[in-house]
Amino acid sequence: MPAIIEVKNISKSYTRDSFAIPVLNDITLDIEEGEFFCLMGPSGSGKTTLLNLIAGIDKPTSGNIFIKDTDITLLNESSLAKWRASNIGFVFQFYNLIPVLTAYENIELPLMLTHLSKAEKKQHVEAALNVVGLTDRMFHYPKQLSGGQEQRVAIARAIVTDPLILVADEPTGDLDKNSAAEILILLDRLNKEFKKTILMVTHDPHAAEKASKIRHLDKGDLI
Amino acid sequence: MKIPLKYSLRNFTARKLTTGITVTGIALVVFVFAAVLMMAYGIQKTLTITGSEENVLVARKSANGEISSIIPGDIQSIVSSLPNIAKTSDGKQIISYEPVVIINLEKQSGGLSNISVRGVSEQVLQLRPNIKIIEGRNFVQGRRELIVGESIASKFNGCRIGGKIKFAGDYWTVVGKFTTDGSGFDSEIWGDALQLLDAFSRGNAVSTMTLKLANPSEYASFKLAFDTDKRLQQYEPEIETKFFAKQSELMAGFIRILGIFVTVIFSLGATIGAMITMYASVANRTVEIGTLRALGFRRRSILAAFLAESFLIALVGGIIGLALASLLQFVSISTLNFGSFTELAFNFALSPDIIISSLLFAVAMGFLGGFLPSVRAARMNILQALRAE
Repeated sequence: MPAIIEVKNISKSYTRDSFAIPVLNDITLDIEEGEFFCLMGPSGSGKTTLLNLIAGIDKPTSGNIFIKDTDITLLNESSLAKWRASNIGFVFQFYNLIPVLTAYENIELPLMLTHLSKAEKKQHVEAALNVVGLTDRMFHYPKQLSGGQEQRVAIARAIVTDPLILVADEPTGDLDKNSAAEILILLDRLNKEFKKTILMVTHDPHAAEKASKIRHLDKGDLI
Repeated sequence: MKIPLKYSLRNFTARKLTTGITVTGIALVVFVFAAVLMMAYGIQKTLTITGSEENVLVARKSANGEISSIIPGDIQSIVSSLPNIAKTSDGKQIISYEPVVIINLEKQSGGLSNISVRGVSEQVLQLRPNIKIIEGRNFVQGRRELIVGESIASKFNGCRIGGKIKFAGDYWTVVGKFTTDGSGFDSEIWGDALQLLDAFSRGNAVSTMTLKLANPSEYASFKLAFDTDKRLQQYEPEIETKFFAKQSELMAGFIRILGIFVTVIFSLGATIGAMITMYASVANRTVEIGTLRALGFRRRSILAAFLAESFLIALVGGIIGLALASLLQFVSISTLNFGSFTELAFNFALSPDIIISSLLFAVAMGFLGGFLPSVRAARMNILQALRAE
């Protein structure tokens, strides 16, 4: 399988009170298409920073990131926003659903950035709802759903545009054991059945079990 | 690539208390703003429907009201000898020689107020055919009788039918109540011109002459006589409605300027209120903003969504304020008209211009209050926004 994500010599440091704090040190990494890739490491190891860089919501201090031959480190803010909308599906630890929108409307939100017709949007949302098994809850607001259901809606929102890569930052971090297991089964299914490339960050070894490849980060170094 | 409007709409209703307070603040300011404009417009409307476009009113030049105008007998003769003045079927010129005086009357609610008493000639009914006696009868020439305009009839002591009003050292009997359908005349008392001149010992000097031209298109040539005849150069004719409309300018202008000044100061409070609400709204939704940005929505979409929300708050406030103000149309009040220094009754009046300016005023408050918070929302860094708790 060809590499869909090529991280080349990425370094990232934050400046605080005129001191540069290194977070990632010269990381080089390939992730193949269709892989369920898991980044593990303790808090502060830089795993979320690396995920954010690959997802295009942060910029590296140096190095390049090629996603299917596009060097996203060269894109300006506006092009990057457009690129994210069609290539990245986000799954957050705290689901990050919009509370005033129903499950259906939350899932439909990324489709507002596409040129699909109303009927096509409906088709996409219904398909995504079907995959996550929440068709019967589509008119419920986030506060009317359990944590596990909220995360399933968030996953439906992440896959509705059929993005190239699914990025999940501690997707089970806020869930009880059973709900977490359901979410992992769902992610595994998306990877195996729908051939989605998944990049997951977690510090939970149970969550990592589903991954096809696991790499560890420690103090900004890939080990 | 817009964030759907329902996002702004539902957020508008999500925080009922803070949004409700802001909407109320804006509604109150718009209420005051619209009420002031409606008051000024009401005064203007009352005075611009006073008189007739076919009548010409002659007054002394530079007189800013009928009270300060005086036309001696010799000038009256010269004016009445001008051509083009209409005549009744029995050959009498349609001219009303009108002394106008101010008297003090006691309000039923207490206190004194200035009232215009207008002496009119026999031909006044030909000049102002819209006058209707709605109670009692018309005064009889040669008697100390009065008819009272309906706007003041029930507000002042002695103005009911059969009542006596004392002025100029004599008692005058009220014999009728009249209406001119809401014009400024409804706030006056009318009597026989000759009786008034006699009572006030004014000889034959009247305040104004109102007359009808045989053909209204001859007004220009009628006016020309006042420019060419040296004896008439101290006097000038004016279309009657225009004369009274001018009387409203000072008062309406004063109310408008004072009112707008006050409401602009009020609006600062409402704008700051809207700003606080929107800042709180942005602060409460930092993670949402980060999420929307991560999903691919651009800064300008975030700006538009938050501005839409503050516009919505302002528009709802504006509509409520305007709806409340429109109820004032059923309220009639009277006040001292600076133009004539006499009591003038009028209704608050709404016009399309007032509706538009009130709503624009509301939307301006929404824009000013919502702009900085919306810019703050749009400028947020995605990562920092996503990390906010």
